[in-house]
This record gives sequence, C-alpha cells and structure tokens, in this order.
Amino acid sequence: MIGRMPVAGRAAAARPRPSRGWLRRWVGLAFVAPWLLAFVAFDAIPIFSGFYHSFTDWSITGSPTRFVGLANYREAFTRDPLFWKAVTNTLYYIGFSVPIGIVTAFSVALLLNRRIRGTTLYRTIYYLPSVVPTVAATIVWTFIFETRRGILNWVLEFLHLPIVRWLSDPAWAKPALIIMSLWGMGSSMVIYLAGLQGVPQELYEAAEIDGASGWQRLVGVTVPLMTPTIFFNLMMGLINAFQVFNSAFIMTGGGPFNATLFYMLHLYNHAFRYFRMGYAAALAVVLFVVVLTLTAIVNRTSDRWVYYS
Amino acid sequence: MAVRSHRARLFSDGATHLVLVAGSVIMLVPLAWTVSTSLKTLQQIAIWPPQWIPRPVMWSNYVEVFRRVPVALYLRNTMVIVSTNVLGSVVTCALVAYGFARTQFPGRDALFMLLLSTLMMPYVVRLIPLFVIYNQIGWINTFLPLVVPALLGRNPFYIFLLRQFFKGIPEELSDAARIDGCSELGIWWRIVMPLSKPALAAVTIFAFQAGWDDFLRPLVYMAGRTDLRPLSVGLYLLRGGAGQIPDTHYMMALTTLMIIPVLALFAAGQRYFIQGVTLTGLKG
Repeated sequence: MIGRMPVAGRAAAARPRPSRGWLRRWVGLAFVAPWLLAFVAFDAIPIFSGFYHSFTDWSITGSPTRFVGLANYREAFTRDPLFWKAVTNTLYYIGFSVPIGIVTAFSVALLLNRRIRGTTLYRTIYYLPSVVPTVAATIVWTFIFETRRGILNWVLEFLHLPIVRWLSDPAWAKPALIIMSLWGMGSSMVIYLAGLQGVPQELYEAAEIDGASGWQRLVGVTVPLMTPTIFFNLMMGLINAFQVFNSAFIMTGGGPFNATLFYMLHLYNHAFRYFRMGYAAALAVVLFVVVLTLTAIVNRTSDRWVYYS
Repeated sequence: MAVRSHRARLFSDGATHLVLVAGSVIMLVPLAWTVSTSLKTLQQIAIWPPQWIPRPVMWSNYVEVFRRVPVALYLRNTMVIVSTNVLGSVVTCALVAYGFARTQFPGRDALFMLLLSTLMMPYVVRLIPLFVIYNQIGWINTFLPLVVPALLGRNPFYIFLLRQFFKGIPEELSDAARIDGCSELGIWWRIVMPLSKPALAAVTIFAFQAGWDDFLRPLVYMAGRTDLRPLSVGLYLLRGGAGQIPDTHYMMALTTLMIIPVLALFAAGQRYFIQGVTLTGLKG
C-alpha cells in the first residue's frame, strides 16, 4: 500500500510530454491523484478489509485468525445482551437530540433573522460554544452536571425544584448528554440563518398583503422554502448522532448501569478493551448498513417534503 | 392602526431580546464558570451555593498545571496534528478541488460522486480495519495515521468546500492565462489560489479546529506512547472516574488553556468561520 505512494506522487508532479492532446485530457487526473491514492488506501481498502474481518475472529493478541462465517453477526443479534442496550440507547439519543436540535437551532435563527439591534453580537454568542473543543466542552459540562457542586443543580435548587443526580442516575444521564449537545447547536444555527437570508423578501410582503399572520407566514412561506436547509441539517444530524462517542466516553464512560452505552462505545469496548477486532468489525458493518439505509430512506422521502425552487 | 402595529412591533422586539438574552446567558455561563473555577481554591469550589468570584484569585493554578502536566509536550504534539492538517487542506485539498472544479477528464464526475459518498460515511466503518492495517505496517504509536491521510488530502469536506468556491471564479481568467502559455499548475497557483483567500481562510480555520479537537484517533492509534499525546487526550486522562472531577481547579485551568486558542482564532476570523459554514449548508 505504501509502496504505491511515491509512484503516484511522481505522476502528479512530473509532467509527461507526449502529445499535448493527451496531456490536456488527463492533467486533471494528476490534480486529483493524491486524493485518489488516499481514497484507495484509507477508504476502499479498509472498507473491504473491514467486511472481510467481520467474518473472522481476528484479535490483536496474536492468536491465529479463523474464518467464522456469520457467527459475529449472530452473536450481536442473539447473544450479546449489551448490543440491544446500545442500540436502544443510541436510538433514544438520536430520537431526542436530532429533532430538539433542529427546532432549537431553527428557532434561534428565526429570532436572529428579525431586524433588531445586536444580531451580530447574538450570532457570535450563540456560535461560540460550537468552536469549543469537544473534550474541553465535555469536561466543562461534567462539572456543570455534578450533583453536589454543579451549577445546574444550584439553578434547580434556586427554582425550588428537586435536585437531579445527572450523571449517576440512569434515567437522567442520556438527557444530560442531549442537553450538552444542544449547547453546540451554533453551526447548524448559522446554516439556517444563511438560508433564511436567502428567502425573498417579496414573498413575505405578498403574504402580508394577503392578510397572513406571523404564524401563517412562518408555516406557509419560511418553512417550505427552508426545507432544503432543514434536510441538510437533518442528514448531518443523523449521521453525527449515530456516531455519538466523545461526550459519553469522556463524561460517563457508558455508565451509570450502561445508560449511556451508545453503539460506538460498545464497539470501542469490543475493539480496544476486549481486543475482539473481528466482532467489532461486524458491529461497524451493521452500523454502516443502518446509516446507509436510514439516509437512503430519508433521501427517498425528501422529494415529498423538500422544496427545490 | 399604524400606532397599534408600532406598539406591537416594539413589544415583539422586546420579547425577542428577552429570549435572546436568556439564551445568551445559557451559552456563556459554562465558559464563565470554567474560567472562574480555574482561578479558585479547592476549598472555595466545594462551597454551596457556588460563588462566582474567585477569592483569592489563584493565578498559581495555571503555574501548577504546567508543573503537573507536560503541557508544552502535549501542545507540541497537538501542533504536529494541526499543522499537517492545515497544510494538507490548504495545499493538497486545494489541488484536488482544482482538478474537480476546473479541469475535464474522463471519469471526473464519477470520482466526485465517490468523494461525496465518503463525506457521508461514518468514520467508525474505517476505524477498526485501519487499526489493523496500521498495526501491520508499523504505524501504530506514530503520528503517521494522522499525518499521512491529511497530507494526501483525505478530507472530502474541505475539497468539497473549495471546489464550490473555485467553480465561482470566471473561466475567462483561466482561458486568458492558457493562451499566454500558462500551465494548469500555474493557473491554480497564480490565478485561482489568490482569488480564493476567503475560502482558504475558512478551510484553514476548520482544519485547525479539527486537528486541535482530534480525540478518538490519537486515543486509538497512539495509545502506547505517552510522549505523543495531544492536548485533547492529555486533558481526558487528567479526569478521574465517571461523572466526577478531582483536582477540579487544575482541570479547569487546562480546559481554559485549551479553549483560549480556538476562541482567539474565532475572534480573528469570525467572518471566514461563518462564510465557511454557510458555504457548506447552502450548497450541500
């Protein structure tokens, strides 16, 4: 694999000089060559080898690898109790964080799109958390969620609400992670804002002349015209939520009582704690197929609700 | 009628500000709380209800962090990842983007579709097999798994973003240069690149941020070498068991140190940040 690199590198740099027509026809490929090489080495080969390894009991410990057929898949679906736990945890996380994230980011963008003072400052403030490195943000929120020293419980106490054991109560650990994910909704908010600024002003004026109320204008004009942007954020949100890892890994390590054992954590544990690479590869293939299917379904439904002018 | 609608407008503007200010507080409090905690004594952190103003102000927490944690080493390692990430995206990704945006060759559109499909692919699909491959070729516990893909431009998002921008540059400029005998490489470097500074700035910022934030890959591929740990992994390892933070003040000091550079970058290049994010969403 590495043996191929210098060859393609030379092909990209040096310019063969037969006929000029030949050169003109293929010069573009030379520009694309580095990526193409990377694609073969870091995408195509790993994906195929991942498929292959998912049918083996490959382990990093050095014991000989055997072909086990569908055993890994059978184990995941029938014998691994934590597999379904991880699946339901992940679906819970996706089911709440993605829609709530879309509604929140869209609502903030709507407010920021109004002609009021200070929108630039507000935009900066709302975008700010999404530039904070994930590890740093997670550490910050771990401290905020602490039962006895965290400011979130201080706020609850101040409001005379019962205190919550955010990260040690299995019922609250997932909501805690969802709350934290909402803090970083700034980049999708900015995407909505850019989309909103592209909605032609005349449409609002026309709707107003027709006597449409603010709500009617939102539902009848803004939302339909924003569906391509909503669609984009939905797809990205789904793909990211399926792979939620860093926050849970750092904050709870999958606990308490596996309440935040998301799919990626389960996979990580099998690969790098129990060194069952073959089984982990099978888990990765399952995730890949699920994400592919789901995005295909969302994509299919898109021509029914996404409006392209 | 006009008076009433004016009043209604004032009212709704006021309500908007109210909501936005409340939201702003929620956005900013975690950051303010981090900085405040990083300057407190452990005794003051334990006080309930929490106190906002550190008394005394423990600047020495920051000195102590440097004593306890090899911050300079972690920073160097992070910078290796960040700099190759930036270099790969500004040079290699820009070259590739030029190939896709402004040249014709057989199979170009098919290859671009392939590139887009990798944009949607979960990273985990490649994580395990890449670990296996890196293990076989001796790349585990080196920077190579992070550096080589970056330098080869394995970053479809940046390529996509730059291609969108390159396509907007008038074709006549390239044609004129071609008539003057300029090579494609020359056109890329002398015409397209200088005209694409905003997009390159956006990509630089994203690449910096992504490198600075990279956690899973260093964790997995370089776990065996404590001297290669980047800041992100170093910070993670400082924390104790699940859901609790010992030495909170030092932890928060290091967290603050990790946040400051990206915030500074954001302050300096906010325009490009927003532009870059916008470029992704609108044409996605």
